[in-house]
Amino acid sequence: MLDTQSDEGYVTADGRKIGGVAMEMKNITLRFGGVIAIKDISFDIRWGEVRAIIGPNGAGKSSMLNVISGFYHPQEGEVIYKGYRRPKMRPYQVARTGIARTFQNIALFEGMSVLDNIMTGRLHHMKANLLQQALWWGKANREEQENREKVEKIIDFLEIQHIRKTPVARLPYGLKKRVELARALAAEPSILLLDEPMAGMNVEEKEDMCRFILDVNDEFGTTTVLIEHDMGVVMDLSDRVVVMDYGRKIGDGTPEEVRNNEEVIKAYLGVAHD
Amino acid sequence: MLYREAGDFKTSYVADSQTFPIKFDRYGYYFILGFAFLVMPLIINDYWANSIVVPFLIYTIAALGLNILIGYCGQLSLGTGAFMAVGAYASYKLMTAYPDFNIVFVIILAGFVTSAVGVLFGLPSLRIKGFYLAVATLAAQFFLIWLFTRQPWFYNYSPTGMISAPTREVFGVAVTGPRASAVSMYMICLCFLVSLAWLARNLTRGTLGRQWMAIRDMDIAAEIIGVNPLMAKLTAFAVSSFFVGISGALLFTVYLGAAEAGEAFGIDKSFLVLFMVIIGGLGSIFGAFAGAAFLIVGPVLLKLLLVNTLGWPTDLAAHLEIMIIGALIIVFLIVEPHGIAALWRTIKEKLRLWPFPY
Repeated sequence: MLDTQSDEGYVTADGRKIGGVAMEMKNITLRFGGVIAIKDISFDIRWGEVRAIIGPNGAGKSSMLNVISGFYHPQEGEVIYKGYRRPKMRPYQVARTGIARTFQNIALFEGMSVLDNIMTGRLHHMKANLLQQALWWGKANREEQENREKVEKIIDFLEIQHIRKTPVARLPYGLKKRVELARALAAEPSILLLDEPMAGMNVEEKEDMCRFILDVNDEFGTTTVLIEHDMGVVMDLSDRVVVMDYGRKIGDGTPEEVRNNEEVIKAYLGVAHD
Repeated sequence: MLYREAGDFKTSYVADSQTFPIKFDRYGYYFILGFAFLVMPLIINDYWANSIVVPFLIYTIAALGLNILIGYCGQLSLGTGAFMAVGAYASYKLMTAYPDFNIVFVIILAGFVTSAVGVLFGLPSLRIKGFYLAVATLAAQFFLIWLFTRQPWFYNYSPTGMISAPTREVFGVAVTGPRASAVSMYMICLCFLVSLAWLARNLTRGTLGRQWMAIRDMDIAAEIIGVNPLMAKLTAFAVSSFFVGISGALLFTVYLGAAEAGEAFGIDKSFLVLFMVIIGGLGSIFGAFAGAAFLIVGPVLLKLLLVNTLGWPTDLAAHLEIMIIGALIIVFLIVEPHGIAALWRTIKEKLRLWPFPY
């Protein structure tokens, strides 16, 4: 059995080193009027791990992701990030602290080319002011080329070279998902949030996406938080899993632990009928 | 056959991201620039300058500005006429208060004044969008025009309520006032247009332009990616109003010479520039040129055709002209809702293969 609670981190079965706590959610409660979306949930995310959040529809998984990315502000509880309590921030400020995400329903900028979409992901690596940009002089020009090189690496990595200049609106669904991942990766995030990256994909596209998620984790050491309904994918990819149901946390641990948890089976995984 | 990128290999990202990646386009652009700067001044006469060329140049600047706001940042505005008036009245106040100040700087300063006013009236965009924002900017239109017609300070207490541009010179050549020649008027407008179009292109291809477009396409996602919506929207209003202000200042000082806010910068001007942007193509620099050309040159060409060539009576031609232009606008929007710029793109894509089917 792995000691997944040790402060220094642990080494997974396949030999990846998982670090200390990157982000800790402490007693988060989120209400919309009288509806309680998240009820007193605590869990942590460690550096370098793939952390999955699973649960039935309406369990509050996406709300949880929205809390992490600063789109919702919980009424109670706190988010400890990199050892400090995170004050209330606007989403764009959270993005600048190194948290990038993809969306359940693709949220690409449809009127822009693939390249421009991914370049937008790098925006807080670009510091040229209005005048420099207007005159295309000094920093503006230099930054554009430097960031283009970084973006091209990600384009190579995700194998989307052929659609670089294509307007996003013309792409099929599977590729759009991949471009969205590229845009999130372009920010060089410390924590990458993926909201159902495999929803609506066929088997081949799912396999590709799994490979990319694992490769990203391997190559850049990006900590990944993942919401997914495909149990096979979740159990294969993730190091630890949080299970939610009706806004509560009903399970937390390695995939094996979660799979054998009575409450989780009852609420979500289901039992085989005789 | 001629128009294609085959064999034109790009070996650097700078070369790959240039404005005109295809050689044919690039030479076309140099040719047009050369023609505009070297040949046009020799052949231009008063009639062409006053009826077509100068208004085309000035309105293109306004259309560029509005295109940044609507086409790139997605913020609908109906206050263009009023912002042009701000530019005009700012240049008038500056010209009369500091007679020795060079007119070029006066016009640029008028742009900055308009920019500030634009940001002020852009503040509602932080809370409202779409048609509601359009209504809020409509308030700017009516309020500012009221201010300029009812507050005597703005027109220096002149008894007629009009403002008129005194003669100002650049390098010893009069560009405003009655002594200004067609060539000098043409050249100052052209210089402003070319440099502003270059600025617009730079702003829209860089990180600021991408932030604007991100806000336009999906504002919530943009914010989560890291775009500060406050900064993006207000810079769009500032830059857009700067362009519109300069266009208003040029319209008053160089072209009209004398103006009255309600008449010269009414709501019809707002709609005219809006139509230019929509017909030309939202989110395209070329679209601003095409839209302005269509709505400025179109009526004049029609008039030449109907009155001079076919010999119809002037009043009948004037009415027909409005009807034909109106019908053309509708036809255009049905055939190509994304404007002339999109039509041009389609033609170019077809041309790359021509005369082969694929």
